[in-house]
Amino acid sequence: MIFSGRVHKFGADIDTDAIIPARYLNTFDPQELAKHCMEDADPQFPDKVQTGDIIAADKNFGCGSSREHAPIAIKGAGVSCVIAKSFARIFYRNCINIGLPILECSQAVDALKDGDQVEVDLETGKITNLRTSEEYQAMPFPEFMQQIIDKGGLINYVKDK
Amino acid sequence: MGMTISQKILAAHAGRDYVEPGELLNCKLDVVLGNDVTAPVAISEFKRLDLDKVFDQEKIVLVPDHFAPNKDIKSAEQCKIMRDFAGQYGIKNYFEVGQMGIEHCLLPEQGLVLPGDLIIGADSHTCTYGALGAFATGVGSTDMAAGMATGEAWFKVPESIKFVYYGKLPEWVGGKDLILNTIGDIGVEGARYMSMEFTGEVIKSLSMDNRFTMANMAIEAGGKNGIIEPDNITLEYIKTRAKRPFTLFKSDEDALYFEVREYDVSALEPIIAFPHLPENTRSVSEASGINLDQVVIGSCTNGRIEDLEIAARILKGKKIHPEIRTIIFPGTQQIFLEAMRRGYIEIFIEAGAAVSTPTCGPCLGGHMGILAKGEKALATTNRNFVGRMGHPESEVYLASPAVAAASAIKGKITAPWEV
Repeated sequence: MIFSGRVHKFGADIDTDAIIPARYLNTFDPQELAKHCMEDADPQFPDKVQTGDIIAADKNFGCGSSREHAPIAIKGAGVSCVIAKSFARIFYRNCINIGLPILECSQAVDALKDGDQVEVDLETGKITNLRTSEEYQAMPFPEFMQQIIDKGGLINYVKDK
Repeated sequence: MGMTISQKILAAHAGRDYVEPGELLNCKLDVVLGNDVTAPVAISEFKRLDLDKVFDQEKIVLVPDHFAPNKDIKSAEQCKIMRDFAGQYGIKNYFEVGQMGIEHCLLPEQGLVLPGDLIIGADSHTCTYGALGAFATGVGSTDMAAGMATGEAWFKVPESIKFVYYGKLPEWVGGKDLILNTIGDIGVEGARYMSMEFTGEVIKSLSMDNRFTMANMAIEAGGKNGIIEPDNITLEYIKTRAKRPFTLFKSDEDALYFEVREYDVSALEPIIAFPHLPENTRSVSEASGINLDQVVIGSCTNGRIEDLEIAARILKGKKIHPEIRTIIFPGTQQIFLEAMRRGYIEIFIEAGAAVSTPTCGPCLGGHMGILAKGEKALATTNRNFVGRMGHPESEVYLASPAVAAASAIKGKITAPWEV
């Protein structure tokens, strides 16, 4: 699967309270959550994000709470993929489980600038900066997780077992 | 090669004699937990599986604690989804308002989590139960849904970091200070994906309530779980609570650790984590004098009877500063009742504190003590992220119940020995 979108850059240790503040957790409707996605990290994000856009963040993205509302909000906002130097464990697991594509790639995060157009090939892990034509290689998923992703998330995977 | 306690528990639940870090396992679960924020999402996913039963009605625990007692109509609807599901599927361990408590205070108290268990909870502080020598880890709602359906979950066997605490714990220094100091040392991703094993002579003589506080905050260093080997203190705690068999696991002498870190605690002061990360730690001496608007004592980190005992010791016969709103949340109904019997509730109310029914409430900026723009709170909770307790421009300082009580009296961050 290949995505192409505009980059929104974020710093290190973006926690799930910043991704979707708890004051909005009294619902799990993706469109409702999307209206407040990343609000406490960048209040303008919900207005400026467009379908297909890509988040590029520094280390430990998604730390803190286990709320699945965080990847649901990001997916609901139309973000096609999150690239980070590293992800917090529960967030990482939640993304796999709900089918939000994520990639770990430090070189890409260091090089990408806010507003860059990038192309991401999920199968090969290749990230291309369309502004500079530079290419970066992300780590591929372990086979087991790839199976969950191929099934479209954990529930479908369990259903087929 | 030997195994750590974490490896052993995972191996035992995967039907294996030996597992090594990095391996992916499918494991049998002893407990699957959810709350009013995470369970409704899990229930919605579970229903996609078209099953007429859960894997085990005894092994699922549902606790409405985050926005309960219902804070608004939407929250009431979320709690109702969980209540209806519990009724429909015959979930034995559903705790209604009036019986419920903050989940991570409630489950150990009720004997629902025991040594050697493998537990997943759709709440990041599920790691609390590691204090009992269980492997307990936070997951999301979809994992919870799959767990409720199959009684299984997949795990990557984590590497372990061993934290050894030695020396004599000074007065007013406890589990909260030990764990904040450790997070300050290794950072908020210092144990990412890893198991944090707390050991050493200080841990061996540490009370269960203090152990719960330490294991609770393993997630704040990115840890997959926090764990303490069960001993006589553990057995004493569970002896009247356990209603089913359990297994005591210990790490092997020749177990392999990613890293061993040692701390001499003899000169440790109470620790404060400054906004906006739990790793921004300083000693109370370096923090004293910062003016506050609110003090919160409670949460899954510090809402247990010993936490209230320390607060009561300091607040007894004193008055809370007139410009400070102090809110105290006993972790469960049992803790509330015990605090009342011991006279703590009277001490708190006479000092000028508000005492609340158990709820996660203000810890996550839910309800019952939200901060306005520019306000500062000192809380015995676990996170001080931007906007965690309210307005994105408010601030949270994390500390122990001793520091919280002393600071409530003075109206600014204060060492316990100064009041």
